[in-house]
Amino acid sequence: MTDLADCRVAFGEALIDLAGADPRIVALTNDSIGSSNLTEFKQRFPDRLVNVGIAEQNLVGMSAGLAAAGKIPFACSASCFLTARALEQIKVDLAYSRNNVKLCGMSSGMAYGALGATHHSIEDLAWTRAIADLTVIAPADPIETAGAVRAAARMDGPVFLRLSRMPVPAVHAADHAFEVGRAVSLREGSDVTIIAAGVMVSRAIEAADLLASEGISAAVLNCSTIRPIDRESITEAASRGPIVTVEEHTVYGGLGSAVAEVVVSYHPVRMRLLGVPGVFAPTGSPEFLLQHFGLTPEGIRDAARSLVRADRS
Amino acid sequence: MHIYADIIPRLTDQARRIRRTSLQMVHAAGLGHPGGDLSAADILTTLFFHVLRVDPAHPQDPERDRFILSKGHASASLYATLAERGFFPRGQLSTFMKPLADLNGHPARGKVPGIEASTGPLGHGLPIAVGMAIAARMDRAEWRTFVLTGDGELQEGSNWEAIMAAGQFQLDNLTAIVDRNGLQLGDTTERTIGLEPLAERWRTFGWGVVEVDGHDIAGLLQTFEALPVEAGRPTCVIAKTHKGRGVSFIEDRAEWHHRIPTDAELEAALAELDGGAQ
Repeated sequence: MTDLADCRVAFGEALIDLAGADPRIVALTNDSIGSSNLTEFKQRFPDRLVNVGIAEQNLVGMSAGLAAAGKIPFACSASCFLTARALEQIKVDLAYSRNNVKLCGMSSGMAYGALGATHHSIEDLAWTRAIADLTVIAPADPIETAGAVRAAARMDGPVFLRLSRMPVPAVHAADHAFEVGRAVSLREGSDVTIIAAGVMVSRAIEAADLLASEGISAAVLNCSTIRPIDRESITEAASRGPIVTVEEHTVYGGLGSAVAEVVVSYHPVRMRLLGVPGVFAPTGSPEFLLQHFGLTPEGIRDAARSLVRADRS
Repeated sequence: MHIYADIIPRLTDQARRIRRTSLQMVHAAGLGHPGGDLSAADILTTLFFHVLRVDPAHPQDPERDRFILSKGHASASLYATLAERGFFPRGQLSTFMKPLADLNGHPARGKVPGIEASTGPLGHGLPIAVGMAIAARMDRAEWRTFVLTGDGELQEGSNWEAIMAAGQFQLDNLTAIVDRNGLQLGDTTERTIGLEPLAERWRTFGWGVVEVDGHDIAGLLQTFEALPVEAGRPTCVIAKTHKGRGVSFIEDRAEWHHRIPTDAELEAALAELDGGAQ
């Protein structure tokens, strides 16, 4: 495919761009200026970056206070700490209180690799998507990341942006217009639909290519907004045939579950949910771990193929 | 104290009314936290009827002082205070905790004018207040932020994250008031997880600290009119209070944290409060 890029670069650039145009935009971080790619933001807007130290509950609570006073805070932290450590603040101070804070969960999924399961964030979609009035977005590439950051800044209400540090290829055209709540069709197909989010989207496209060479026509849907879920696109996909979901997340409660909730209610079809199968990941690089759990083009292909064959038999 | 001679009788009577009303609300709802309501009544009265620069007709005025009740379980006392101050009609108080009412058991931001933060789970108010104080500083605004916490609540670690940050950022536009009644749900704070030396703890985190009698309205007024107590530092007012203050059989008894008065107890409590009126 094309060159690989770290979405945090697009995040940082978009945020600086927005901050230049809107003085309400501020950034907060739990001493993760570098890993949140806020170094340039700090240089450009030193008075608008608050380093709260290693204190995630306070990071989210303070962001709520800033939002209540009219600011648009982007609260940045490794996703594992941001969501797990401050979940009650996310629920109460942001969502229940409707405070206009944008949570930026960096290095989500298993991007921290061999640092271990403590640093993996494979539950964050399940936790955040269970909270009312919280928008949850996992962009797939730099273009969509920039679009999601801009859309989050534009909308009034709390948002969780699940960002990765794993280099990914561009899957969207440079002029792609991101829209909250709308899944994007990246491949047309009639036999099976692969629904993916985040870093798994490019792998889903590769899987569709592998399937095409076997005569299986696979559609690919990038479902980057996990909440509110795009019921229409998912129902339409289900009307065509079986569905494979792919996420760098536990299969308990994440994208696959969100899609299944729509499918069982509106158009039941067979599904396969690919992700981390309810275990803590062993030690290994991010790439090793994705392979370990079959989150590869080949693994997705195999799952899609078996669904299509089961449907045909 | 003669400078307050004209206002103290008025505030004292106001506090008495808030105590009466909050007890009636809790009794009618069959739910609530009378001990904490009565403990905070004089502090709430002093803040809302003299200290806070707020206008009930313009509850969203960007230049208003902000007040957060971090001990959100004292909601009846806060609602009674807001209604007395004119933020919403007194008649609405009878809807306290009724189905679909805006007067939820714990205060919810956006539902009731004057509620600046949703609280209830403990340890949330201070971090939010720190964020507000930073926002005011960023805007070079004059408005101030006040937060009232319980004392048992200070066992929540999130408070100390916020206390450290406020000290670091030298937020002299922020005042935290600790309702230091010494009791929590099950026992005294000191027999549970002790907080003393509380003033020293706040001081070492970079705050200016003053200890006052939390039922002495004149003392509270004097304290709040001299903020910050130390230049360049956030202020902590440790208000020494009695849980259940004003009703002898409720006062200083842990079980009244969330016990509901019977009809006879309510009658006796109101009579005692009215007897205190001059």
